[in-house]
Amino acid sequence: MSTRTLAVVSAGLSVPSSTRLLADRLTTATVDALRERGVTATVEVVELRQHARDLADNLVTGFANEPLRDAVGTVAGADGLIAVTPVFSASYSGLFKTFFDVLDKDALTGKPVLLGATAGTARHSLVLEHAMRPLFAYLRATVAPTAVFAASEDWAGGDAGTPALTGRVHRAAGELADLVAARPPAAPADPFADPGTSFEDLLKGL
Amino acid sequence: MQFGIFTVSDITTDPTTGRTPSEAERLQAVLTIAQKAEEVGLDVFALGEHHNPPFFSSSPTTTLAWIAARTEKLQLSTSTTLVTTNDPVKIAEDYAMLQHLAGGRVDLMMGRGNTGPVYPWFGQDIRNGIELAVENYALLRRLWTEDVVDWQGKFRTPLQGFTSTPRPLDGVPPFVWHGSIRSPQIAEQAAYYGDGFFHNHIFWPAEHTQRMVEFYRRRYEHYGHGAADQAIVGLGGQVFMRKNSQDAVNEFRPYFDNAPVYGHGPSLEDFSRETPLTVGSPQQVIERTLGFRDYVGDYQRQLFLIDHAGLPLKTVLEQLDILGEEVVPVLRKEFAALKPAHVPDAPTHASRVAAAGGAKDTTVHAEGDSVTGRTAEAATR
Repeated sequence: MSTRTLAVVSAGLSVPSSTRLLADRLTTATVDALRERGVTATVEVVELRQHARDLADNLVTGFANEPLRDAVGTVAGADGLIAVTPVFSASYSGLFKTFFDVLDKDALTGKPVLLGATAGTARHSLVLEHAMRPLFAYLRATVAPTAVFAASEDWAGGDAGTPALTGRVHRAAGELADLVAARPPAAPADPFADPGTSFEDLLKGL
Repeated sequence: MQFGIFTVSDITTDPTTGRTPSEAERLQAVLTIAQKAEEVGLDVFALGEHHNPPFFSSSPTTTLAWIAARTEKLQLSTSTTLVTTNDPVKIAEDYAMLQHLAGGRVDLMMGRGNTGPVYPWFGQDIRNGIELAVENYALLRRLWTEDVVDWQGKFRTPLQGFTSTPRPLDGVPPFVWHGSIRSPQIAEQAAYYGDGFFHNHIFWPAEHTQRMVEFYRRRYEHYGHGAADQAIVGLGGQVFMRKNSQDAVNEFRPYFDNAPVYGHGPSLEDFSRETPLTVGSPQQVIERTLGFRDYVGDYQRQLFLIDHAGLPLKTVLEQLDILGEEVVPVLRKEFAALKPAHVPDAPTHASRVAAAGGAKDTTVHAEGDSVTGRTAEAATR
């Protein structure tokens, strides 16, 4: 059995939060789907609420402090990412965006990503397609075709959720599992490795 | 090992009084600070270059020439010289000129500059930053080492039969450091030429500085200039000191909280943990600074930032007294005791002249000018 790591980024603010609840549903379903494909997944969760000040500091200083460096390293080094945000003012939350603003622009290149969003009403559901998907397209991530939206009405049926939500979660988790299982384990690039081209080549390239 | 200070020439409101100095006042303050640096026994004074408010230092060689005339031993340097937006011909001329006026007490630190709007003011584009640094510096070296240069490149008009004057003092150009916070290409450039590498150090976590310096040292050895531990490394540092560390923290906090670069962000305590900033007693500064060696190895130059964020001149002069009397003498002794014999000191004009086999007069006498047809010899007859 091969192994992969899944990073989960949740931008929920309350405890408990429906954003984290959706993230957990997506994570459990993805781990199950990977197991069915012969892959053991380890999961690391980044709760952005705990890094709210770290992120603001990073905007000001230009570097991530130690707790944030760990979170960034978790996401950059993972084989797959589940990213879930609440909808604020018709888009992802500022906290969610700030995390992806401070992430290295190449950190998600080619990485399989599953998107999720939550709101009080299903009228916000296109935020997934109109706001989140373009963001991850810019970051050159490989985004699963199904993104999952959960509104208050989806939770109304109790912990198990409505059949419709459960169906979307499983379809999306299967898509992410296919993408993750198909890729070799992640090996982040090292900017301090000896350069492939010499300085002479850099000079000649002018 | 060399110890000194570097300034960015910011004109910043003193947050404790609400008062903002005039350009004239701040400029005079920096001249006073430079002279005081020599008086308290520091080795180096380095001045930044900026072309927009709130900074005054648009013309570093003018300022450094004034300081050169008022000092005897102080090594004058830059932090940094914009190798991207300055014409390399003008850098070659200006700094050779300064080198003569200062009796050789000059070196430079090349930097790209990270202020996007500056580039177009000088006809350039920040997206070409690395390429500009590579091409301009390659030309600068030729202008200093070859008497007559034919050259063609991407970013400036070609040169044919061009001689940069004055020729470097004693036939030896100023030593060059390359400064970069985050670009391995610039550490690579420094290593390729066997030049010095300076890491600003003060804005980022130490582990980042460590990786950049390690990379430079490894590539320095790769290019055959010596062993990795013989590469020439400089570091920045940022300190504020009082006899009692809590007094230092209380006095510096408002300046920290409102500082232009990192103010209104992390707490003083967080930033002190994440970066080399040390606010406390002279003994704490000594211990922290000695600790830099643990992650960059034996290095050649330590510069401190002590005059930014609106600190009044009187306070800065007190900081210089503490550095000169209590901190640097101890650091000199401790670092010297730790340094193995095969690790070189920072190059100086004297050491570079000696390495070149002695001073040479490299004056290029004109054979005749195209206007009068007279030669230099004929003119002196």
